[in-house]
Amino acid sequence: MSVGGTVKDELAVPPSGEPAPRKSRGEAHPLVVIALSFVTAIIVGGILIAVTNQPTRNAVRHFSASPGKVLSAAWHAVSAAYVALFEGAIFDPHTFGHGSVWHDFNPISETLYNATPLILVGLAVGLAFRTGLFNIGAQGQLIVGAMAAGYVGFTWHLPPFIHLVVAIVAGAIAGAIWGGIAGWLKARTGAHEVITTIMMNYVALDLLDYALKTSAFRRPGSNQAISPIVYGTARLGKLLPSPLRVNLGLLIALAATAGVAWLLTRSRLGFTLRAVGASPTAARTAGMNVGRAYVTAMLIAGGLAGLAGCSQILGGGTNYALTNAVDAGLGFDGITVALLGRAKPWPTVWAGLLFGALRAGSATMQSRTGTSIDLVTIVQALVVLFIAAPAFVRAVFRLRSSSDSGAAALAKGWNG
Amino acid sequence: MSVDTTASLEIATPEIVEVPVSRRARIISGSVLIVVGVLCAVAFGLGSKAGHDARFRLSPPGAKVTMPNLVVPARIFAIVVGIAIAASGFWRISRDFSRRAMRWVIALTILFVVFAFLCWSVTGPSATPLDLFGPGGLLGQTIFLAVPLILGALAGVMCERSGVINVAIEGQMLVGAFAGAMFGTISKNAAIGTIAGMLAGALIAALLAVFAIKYVVNQVVLGVVLNLLALGLTGFLYDAVMAPNSNSYNNVGTLSVLKIPLLGNIPIIGPLLFDQTIIVYLTYVLIFAVDIVLFRTRWGLRTRAVGEHPKAADTVGINVRRTRYINVLIGGMLAGLAGASLTIGDSSGFVKNMTGGRGFIALAAVIFGRWSPRGAVGAALLFGFATSLQTVLSFIGTPVQIPSDFLGMLPYLATIFAVAGLVGRVRAPAADGEPYEGR
Repeated sequence: MSVGGTVKDELAVPPSGEPAPRKSRGEAHPLVVIALSFVTAIIVGGILIAVTNQPTRNAVRHFSASPGKVLSAAWHAVSAAYVALFEGAIFDPHTFGHGSVWHDFNPISETLYNATPLILVGLAVGLAFRTGLFNIGAQGQLIVGAMAAGYVGFTWHLPPFIHLVVAIVAGAIAGAIWGGIAGWLKARTGAHEVITTIMMNYVALDLLDYALKTSAFRRPGSNQAISPIVYGTARLGKLLPSPLRVNLGLLIALAATAGVAWLLTRSRLGFTLRAVGASPTAARTAGMNVGRAYVTAMLIAGGLAGLAGCSQILGGGTNYALTNAVDAGLGFDGITVALLGRAKPWPTVWAGLLFGALRAGSATMQSRTGTSIDLVTIVQALVVLFIAAPAFVRAVFRLRSSSDSGAAALAKGWNG
Repeated sequence: MSVDTTASLEIATPEIVEVPVSRRARIISGSVLIVVGVLCAVAFGLGSKAGHDARFRLSPPGAKVTMPNLVVPARIFAIVVGIAIAASGFWRISRDFSRRAMRWVIALTILFVVFAFLCWSVTGPSATPLDLFGPGGLLGQTIFLAVPLILGALAGVMCERSGVINVAIEGQMLVGAFAGAMFGTISKNAAIGTIAGMLAGALIAALLAVFAIKYVVNQVVLGVVLNLLALGLTGFLYDAVMAPNSNSYNNVGTLSVLKIPLLGNIPIIGPLLFDQTIIVYLTYVLIFAVDIVLFRTRWGLRTRAVGEHPKAADTVGINVRRTRYINVLIGGMLAGLAGASLTIGDSSGFVKNMTGGRGFIALAAVIFGRWSPRGAVGAALLFGFATSLQTVLSFIGTPVQIPSDFLGMLPYLATIFAVAGLVGRVRAPAADGEPYEGR
């Protein structure tokens, strides 16, 4: 399935019951908006790099003497940072040909490795979106998933393959329960899922902090908040020779994508979920159990986020040990991945790969040019901000605009 | 048409039209009270050693007028409180309270259960009197910790009362903290730093306003994205500018403590409330200001009208969008001030992601306080108290070890309970989060 074919005008955010506006002919393709959003974000990032770059600022002091130096210094700083970003994510000429052939694939491997949990969290947020729920709680679901998978991984002794499966199942179930609570509260009491999932995130963080102080989770002999290391039998196998980090988690993420795609487009349950997402009142009138749909969607979403937690702890994200950094900002990045992927399974994979590449490249960028990895967070936030407001991008680039009145369908209040 | 009339009547006179509480809700809330009462009597009453007294130090060390320590017989106190709460639960089921009385019952229940809990925890192995009012004491810490939460919650109230959801309080606080530290250090002037922090918060709020009101982006999505943007921006600038020369960019110093002449001499509350920094006094003023503006002025009436029913407001000539823009910007300034209070009121300076979820606690306070300034301030104080308790209890040993992380969860769990309707339904302004398509 290609991105172009699927990223149409489908709403990425919970609609409030009104149908999506049909776009008029001759209007810019959504992919154009995405590309322009990305370009704009990169440019803003470049400006930030230039403005904060010391040689450039020195050159500004002698601006009247040699104005060209300012531009060249700025260009040098910006291009060096973005080249390093590319080299860390796709292809690195500096290390090419040194060492084994596999070593040349390290940047790609890092991109895939970073994309794995992003895809899973993106699916977790996206599936809930399609059901009309905004799951901000992927962070918490990921954390409890990692806790459960990690506990099985470093406490139990089981035969190789079985151990891995049990750990993954434990992680998925824990995440599903954590997500399911928010769905159940929504179905039962109408409590807004945005509020409950935000709060559940912090409860999970406190729970993790607490667990790392107990003897069940604390590494013996360590006075830091770190767990024992997951046994080799429970680790996700590497797909390529060591030290390349891409692992079985990627295949699990792709399988999950296929599963979610099948669920949403081919199954009866998926139809119910989408119907509830399009209009809960209409779905209820048609005899569907809206509450059960909410609970089911949040159970599956939580399970997917729990799988992302598995990919972190069993895939070596924090060196196979549970720490309070196990989330690594994935919970919130997953929201941007889902939004960029317009809450559709396969586009979410592409979005995950893109942001995975940014994550992978940012480390190289920081070590080679000293540019802060937080640049990637800025770019990511801006891309999603612009994509969420296509009218803004069209206005900036003077594209032909459609009537945007229907965009109000994107918005939804606390009471909705 | 008749349906519309009654609906608007109810909105106009919420105090007079009292919807009777359903029998089921009464039995549930009454049973909850009974369970809480019994638990209180058993856990804190029978759980504390017989004959042990809980001691609280009322005067901070070095105070001119010293008060004797407060001594409470922990066991008897908890049992009496527990029985009273359980009795009110039975009363709720059999006779019922009026809505107003029930609110008092809940408030007093929370107050006394917390105090019974405190009495119980002080009777632990260390048995030293617990400092209540000093700067490092339980309530002194509460004020210190609650100030950013109060300001953040007021920001949320201003914004959401006009119909714009503000999930970006966290981000506004973060840029406020950054700008406060940076410009406060450059200018060597805390006041300029504070203003810079407020402006920085307003900058994020401006993005929120433009994208929410003009480009009608989903406001929750927008808030999440703006939080990420603030996190990335402050982190990037910290690495690029602040960290390399922290002396010239991140060294704002502390605010001096100003004692208010007469009020500061009142024995117990004086040192607690009126021997503070200027930001704390500013917070007092802002609490009253927001409450008065929202409920006693023309602007406040318009704001609330725009948040509840924008079409009606538009019909009578109120400019819906302009009202929302201004409220969101004011909210951003308040949240920026909240952030600035973290760096300027403190000596530690800015560090990455230093707000650490305080913006979300402030959001929780808005919701827990039912979108009213007084409620939000009360909730922020409660959450500040929970955090203060967390630190204090980790120093004194309680009779049974309580993991401090569980206390840290309390604000979040309380908010979940609140939105789930277990302590009465919370209702957002009717048009909160819905863009207006008119002007």
